[in-house]
Amino acid sequence: MTRKAALTRARFEEQLFGVLRRLVIAFLAVITLLPFFSMLLLSVKPIDALLLDPGSLWVSAGDFTLSTYRDVLRSTDDGGQGFLRFLLNSALVSLGTVALTLLAAVPGAYAVSRLTFFGHRQVSALFLAVYLFPATLLAVPLFVIFARLGLSSSLIGLAVVYVAQTVPVSVYMLKNYLVTIPRSVEEAAALDGCSRLQTVRKVILPLALPSLMATGLYVFMIAWNEFLFALLFLAADPDKWTVSLGLAQLSGGIEVPKTVLMAGSVVLTIPVVLLFFAAERLLTEGLTSGADKS
Amino acid sequence: MTTAPAGAPQRREAGPQPTGPPPSRARRPMTAERRANRAGLAFVSPTFLVVFVVVVLPILWTVLLAFQDARLVDIQGMGLFGNWSLDNFAQVFDSAGFWSSLTTTLLYTAGATLGSVALGLVAALALRRPFRGRGLLRAAMLLPYVAPVVAVAFTWQVALSPQYGVVNDWGRRLFGWDDPIAFLSARSYEVHLVGVHFDIPLALLTVIAFECWRYFPFAFLFLLARLQAVPDGLEEAALVDGATVSQRFRHILLPQLMPVIALLCVLRFIMTFNKFDDVYLLTGGGAGTDVAAVRVYDFLTARYDVGAAAAQSLVLAVSLVILLGLYFRFFGARVQEES
Repeated sequence: MTRKAALTRARFEEQLFGVLRRLVIAFLAVITLLPFFSMLLLSVKPIDALLLDPGSLWVSAGDFTLSTYRDVLRSTDDGGQGFLRFLLNSALVSLGTVALTLLAAVPGAYAVSRLTFFGHRQVSALFLAVYLFPATLLAVPLFVIFARLGLSSSLIGLAVVYVAQTVPVSVYMLKNYLVTIPRSVEEAAALDGCSRLQTVRKVILPLALPSLMATGLYVFMIAWNEFLFALLFLAADPDKWTVSLGLAQLSGGIEVPKTVLMAGSVVLTIPVVLLFFAAERLLTEGLTSGADKS
Repeated sequence: MTTAPAGAPQRREAGPQPTGPPPSRARRPMTAERRANRAGLAFVSPTFLVVFVVVVLPILWTVLLAFQDARLVDIQGMGLFGNWSLDNFAQVFDSAGFWSSLTTTLLYTAGATLGSVALGLVAALALRRPFRGRGLLRAAMLLPYVAPVVAVAFTWQVALSPQYGVVNDWGRRLFGWDDPIAFLSARSYEVHLVGVHFDIPLALLTVIAFECWRYFPFAFLFLLARLQAVPDGLEEAALVDGATVSQRFRHILLPQLMPVIALLCVLRFIMTFNKFDDVYLLTGGGAGTDVAAVRVYDFLTARYDVGAAAAQSLVLAVSLVILLGLYFRFFGARVQEES
């Protein structure tokens, strides 16, 4: 290839990929935003407007309605779908899961990241091997155990299952952060007379606060979004349903219009999306820390 | 205090310590590494205990259940052992649709894994350099990943509906589709392309597309983080040497990204292989999308056959382990070297 040909190829590629890049960016914006836009749009439409013109991407001022939300949020006694109750259940389960998971994961993550003890490699491998098994595999025995303990169709039982699902990944995320805290900080604390436990509580935990928050947020999202175990454990008891389960059961109902279903979807999505946007940077860094160093 | 240098010999020395009798304190103080060993075990035990009780024990019990004749009604009074039989496995392997379900699962897993990682890679490359609104778009692109699966599954269901779906409406307007397409309930769909007719498994492809859409942000996040850690000097040197955009990608960026891509593929493969809710919510496992996880659920809830469900999920887990074993045997050594 002559030098001139090489130059033209370079310039051609420069321009081609410049155009492609813009197209890709536009495409990505469309596929990520459009579904959520349509969810929001359909939730404020009456069902007749949807059936009349399914392709419309806007809602006229005359059609705009919030009655779908009223229907979804109102308690079942008032003829609604009782989603306020489900929101409370979901919040309780998710916050409980976050607290329990962090409590269980922090010591383990600290040990794996800092201390050379007998079998420390095997332990971190074991924590991740948990994900090799399908969640459905865990479901059967846990279901039976909880039935014996009287915990089936209780929110506590559900939170315990979620802890099982989230502890391994939490240990992994926290560990990735803890290894970046210099050992000298701990040695200084030890010289000042701190015991190991004091060092962890007074020095390491404050330093690891960003990672704790990111991990907590991730765990919250997993617990809030979870569906399978809620379905298996709580389906019989409508008072205990989480929002995910309530919405899934709602879709089974024949008389429920799709616009109400979309309003329910918005109600389910909003808390987790708000939380995510409030702490987006924290979460993305917490998730990927360590990945850029591999 | 000296820091104990980390290394294999120390670990081996520290090895038998926890099982031995408590050291007599009078003789000599504990070495730093022995203290670390004890503290490590003390710190890890609560976490280990939780994982052991809520994860390892249930899995072990499932293994037992798979070899027993167990129904949900009589499992309450049943002992842990007894009633041994291989009937469950015979039932699983003989039952209609087992092999086709396994094939579907493999197609679904492979398609969703490759699709989401490829889309994530394209997205990471496109969003690598700053432009106006990049931060906003980056945050928006994570929406499919963080949004609850139930909500997004219903949104797709409504949008793809043949009666009131926006996709079919626009398809008819823009592309002149004659009939609405039942994306989620058509097992196969005849396509006419330049005079050639062939069938595509439409519902399965739709479910795969959903999975790609939902999980490409995950790959995107990791790949973008890795891309931004690639030293600028590498690319600049290639630029000076006259490498074009595609050459720079092929010879500079791709080798840097390869370990992350391999890791992502393994992670996504494992997660998708065991995936239940996405398919269950979209199609209920009908129309040629009967992935194995949904079958386990059916065994459990429709027939209350705990033994068969356990056997089926055990078969799943074992096939996954075999696949991963094959993968690491052929590619693992190289990936480990690179990372």
